[in-house]
Amino acid sequence: MPEQKTVAATGNTLVAEAIRQAKPDVIPAYPITPQTTVVEELSKMVANGKMHAEYVNVESEHSAMSAAVGASAAGARVATATSSQGLALMWEELHIAAGMRLPIVMFNANRALSAPINIHCDHSDIMGARDTGWVILFAETAQEAYDNTIMSFRIAEHPDVLLPVMTTADGFITTHAIDRAQVMDDESVAKFVGEYVPSYALLDFDNPVSHGNFAGLGGPYFEFKKQQRAAIDSSMPVIKQVGAEFSELSGRPFDVVEGWGMEDAEIAIVVIGSTAGNARHVARALRAKGVKAGVLKVRVFRPFPGEELRAALRGVKAVAVLDRSESFGAEGGPLYLEVRNALYDMETRIPTVNYIYGLGGSDVRVELMERVYSDLTDIASGAAQPSAMQYLGTR
Amino acid sequence: MTKWDVSNVNKWKSEEFPRGAVIPEAGNSNDYNVGGWRSERPYRDDAVCTQCMLCWIFCPDTSVVVEDEKVVAFDYDHCKGCGICANECPTNPKFGRKAIEMVPEGCELPSAKASTEVK
Repeated sequence: MPEQKTVAATGNTLVAEAIRQAKPDVIPAYPITPQTTVVEELSKMVANGKMHAEYVNVESEHSAMSAAVGASAAGARVATATSSQGLALMWEELHIAAGMRLPIVMFNANRALSAPINIHCDHSDIMGARDTGWVILFAETAQEAYDNTIMSFRIAEHPDVLLPVMTTADGFITTHAIDRAQVMDDESVAKFVGEYVPSYALLDFDNPVSHGNFAGLGGPYFEFKKQQRAAIDSSMPVIKQVGAEFSELSGRPFDVVEGWGMEDAEIAIVVIGSTAGNARHVARALRAKGVKAGVLKVRVFRPFPGEELRAALRGVKAVAVLDRSESFGAEGGPLYLEVRNALYDMETRIPTVNYIYGLGGSDVRVELMERVYSDLTDIASGAAQPSAMQYLGTR
Repeated sequence: MTKWDVSNVNKWKSEEFPRGAVIPEAGNSNDYNVGGWRSERPYRDDAVCTQCMLCWIFCPDTSVVVEDEKVVAFDYDHCKGCGICANECPTNPKFGRKAIEMVPEGCELPSAKASTEVK
């Protein structure tokens, strides 16, 4: 195991550090709250000669992702970062990056979308990008943000995958709070990530290729989408493999879904990101009172770990899915729709309820988690019927 | 470099295509007829043409065929019918008209006799 340094740092500092250690060739980026300090630190590192990357100051996120697509097609290892409105402005290029199978790594500081304007945490931005074809990872802590970012390069560049990867952390809560974390030495990270050997590089003059071609009018567009589906499906075993290797190297656990108390849980909360800590805190207190409460944290959202979720929730009597984003007009939030769909194939139907919480950085207080567990206890005992989707903590 | 064989491309399965719609070969648009969407084609009257080469200079698709420093034909497999050649073609004062004109696809070309008439 490599020697690791324990540091007190914000999630953003650690993400910038992970990106530096992965040695990208090109960083096209545009600052946006709460991602700003990531690109600020990266540009400083480039300016001070602490990393040898081409840092491109672009005029918008639309240009940032366009430049990332171009640089990646040219054969470079590319990293960037964004948030919220910036991610929204990248919309068309997100699909292009995935469709062109470019292993770009992007950090997203999860933040609400306007209107009304709000700079705080929720998952509206990232969940809006869930069908762009990117692999999407979530972090609960600054440590996980660091770890996920390092793993992202390996996952993206794996020959069975070759897809862009978004590594995310909750805006302000994880990106700006100073957290304790362990950081690996440069050499170990470089060795773990490895050299990127691009295939179909535009700058490989001996093997000229053309990128971004037309496949319409009865052309093979549909066949290319099937390729993309096969690639993201095969990213699941790659993520597990890379995660296992990283776990061994770092001594920190990694799984696509991570359970707490799930071995014998009767009621469980399924949650993404920083709120997992709040849920665990309450579950721990309930356990002391004899309530068999569990927490299931989803760390990989795309590809969706349906099988792993089914395995973890088997035997649970009532499940609450917590969504930090809306899917307006749908029968629940994005995570709920996925979880409920995954549970449909189980032999026993588990009552599953949905709570929308924490939009625009709205506080996720302990008593809200207690209320969810109390509802679940009532549902599990048959004292209450599963309710329709509810807003948690609104007036 | 061996030529990329696309003769059975319409039967290829998803996994047989190069990843991400990449074309692993340079300059192969020459092999394809991409003049299919043309609605008008340029017609050049050799008797009126002064061989000024402006059409050759301006053609965005290098579809003006030159042999022995003379414009001899158009490459209709690649000409998109944009009309830039006809637009740039200078009026020949002797004939009072241009050597190149755009004619609708599918109609008969102007007869050689009528075109060589001196005004």
